[in-house]
Amino acid sequence: MADPEIKSYEPHHESQSAAVTESRPVKAVLMAIALAFLAIFLLLPLIVVFHEALAKGVGAYTEALSSPDTRSAIRLTLLVAAISVPLNVVFGISAAWAIAKFEFKGKAFLTTLIDLPFSVSPVISGLVYVLLFGAQGLLGTWLKAHGIVILFAVPGIVLATIFVTFPFVARELIPLMQEQGNGDEEAALSLGASGWQAFWYVTLPNVKWGLLYGVLLCNARAMGEFGAVSVVSGHIRGLTNTMPLHVEILYNEYNAVGAFAVASLLAGLALVTLVLKTLLEMRYGAELAATRGH
Amino acid sequence: MEVRVVNVRKEFERFPALHDVSLDIRSGELIALLGPSGSGKTTLLRLIAGLERPTKGAIFFGDEDASQKSIQERNVGFVFQHYALFRHMTVADNIGFGLKVRHGAARPSAQEIRRRALELLDLVQLSGLEKRYPAQLSGGQRQRVALARAMAIEPKVLLLDEPFGALDAQVRRELRRWLREIHDRTGHTTVFVTHDQEEALELADRVVVMSQGRIEQVGTADDIYDTPNSPFVYSFIGESSSLPVKVENGEIWIADRPIGLQAPHAPSGEAVLHFRPHDVELLDGCSGCIAGTVAASRRVAGTRRVELEIGGQRQRVEIELPVDHPAAQKSRVAFRPRRWKLFPAA
Repeated sequence: MADPEIKSYEPHHESQSAAVTESRPVKAVLMAIALAFLAIFLLLPLIVVFHEALAKGVGAYTEALSSPDTRSAIRLTLLVAAISVPLNVVFGISAAWAIAKFEFKGKAFLTTLIDLPFSVSPVISGLVYVLLFGAQGLLGTWLKAHGIVILFAVPGIVLATIFVTFPFVARELIPLMQEQGNGDEEAALSLGASGWQAFWYVTLPNVKWGLLYGVLLCNARAMGEFGAVSVVSGHIRGLTNTMPLHVEILYNEYNAVGAFAVASLLAGLALVTLVLKTLLEMRYGAELAATRGH
Repeated sequence: MEVRVVNVRKEFERFPALHDVSLDIRSGELIALLGPSGSGKTTLLRLIAGLERPTKGAIFFGDEDASQKSIQERNVGFVFQHYALFRHMTVADNIGFGLKVRHGAARPSAQEIRRRALELLDLVQLSGLEKRYPAQLSGGQRQRVALARAMAIEPKVLLLDEPFGALDAQVRRELRRWLREIHDRTGHTTVFVTHDQEEALELADRVVVMSQGRIEQVGTADDIYDTPNSPFVYSFIGESSSLPVKVENGEIWIADRPIGLQAPHAPSGEAVLHFRPHDVELLDGCSGCIAGTVAASRRVAGTRRVELEIGGQRQRVEIELPVDHPAAQKSRVAFRPRRWKLFPAA
């Protein structure tokens, strides 16, 4: 039996017709504006951060980073990310699964709710936690009676961070899962796989790049969050200061080298995230194209 | 494995998709569920598979009531219209998936799984492609991998949902012949869904014609084509023409003229006459015939289709004439259906 030729799946290039192509000077001006904008608002600040951090030499830089308060801030930031990112991965996958694969009442409402942290100012979300858990708050008396400390301590910071980074994983997975539909899972079940096996062998590999992408963004935000954390943290040095909060404190104390040294770490994180994100997008884009060809 | 569907009703959010459907599928049979979209054919297939649960009624696999069993316990091979191959797995891993997810002693060794996968790949004539990924295969190849994957679990029943629906016409015809061969060689009880009557009539031992959540007729291709039991089957399968008529004392009339057809058992009153456009007898004179004015004439392959306007109501019917028949040149044509059926007026 003759097979039709195996199709090759070349990346699709959009061909540009002459009608929508601008003239050379227009192109040059547009590119110059974009590049100038990038240079002034992104590249320049980045250079300044590293320049200021190293202004008094490498010695002062490493010394600034090894002060006990700074190290405690770094540890706390890592701890907060280590707790909030996995929790949001679990939540994000469950929410995306529920929204993409099932029909139920209130689905639109849930989708809107997931977006809420994006539309609310982080400071407001921090304040909500103060109103809820603070001494005069709704649950304050009860918490005090049971000796549970949330506000101005690590639990508060973790809660605020989770809230702010809530949407990242879910938003990434929902459209992906919706596009993929239920077919693969049904096929796995019909072949005898249990629900867990179907999830583990089929669903998760199908969304792995999207998931990784979401985790990356979620992590970057968890480590860099300022507003909400600032409200609930209490700024206790060596105890409840995360890296962004610590930068502010050092800066306010005219400790430029210290402030910029910590800031350079955050900037470094941003750069690493950016590179990984670009790599993922290249990979993830190919994956999506394959999905469409499928 | 013999499958019996007994008085099954299925509702989706109070909307009935199937009304009280019963069907006996014999062991080793290749059977087609044929109907337009929305007729409930896919719902019936998914109920047999266990992808849906019936609202009422039961489904038996042999003597066993399978209705309350999960899809995993039913051990059916399901082939999806859009293949649903696992895109991150190679062809061999796709085929071996059903064996890999088994537990304990039921799970063959990795070597054995691989051996079985290669064997099945050979059966579906794709040897040598085991390391490919689904995206590197053509549509026809993907569908064959999907079938091999479904057969790997040694299913009691093979269920195929529009298996060739997403393929182009030529590949479809080839795969059709190939599926028949595979079926004859392996002897699986096989149910497939299609909206393509040619596919159903050519491929299946028996065809189940469905419409609006009900089974209209079950029978061989000959039964279905030659003795349709409802106006729906008459018009859905093959070409058909229909005319409103009147029955009086066992004689069929159109307006004020008898047309020379006797229906001794039909009750008197309004009725609809159905016949095949090619199954007519052309007449010269007209005493007891259907006569009409030629309204349009088209050449279709080896024959000529003529559209006639009948009587004062200007009812239009189509009949087929040989290309060189003199009647094709006339403005009036008289004929009488050779084979026909009366149905009560709706």
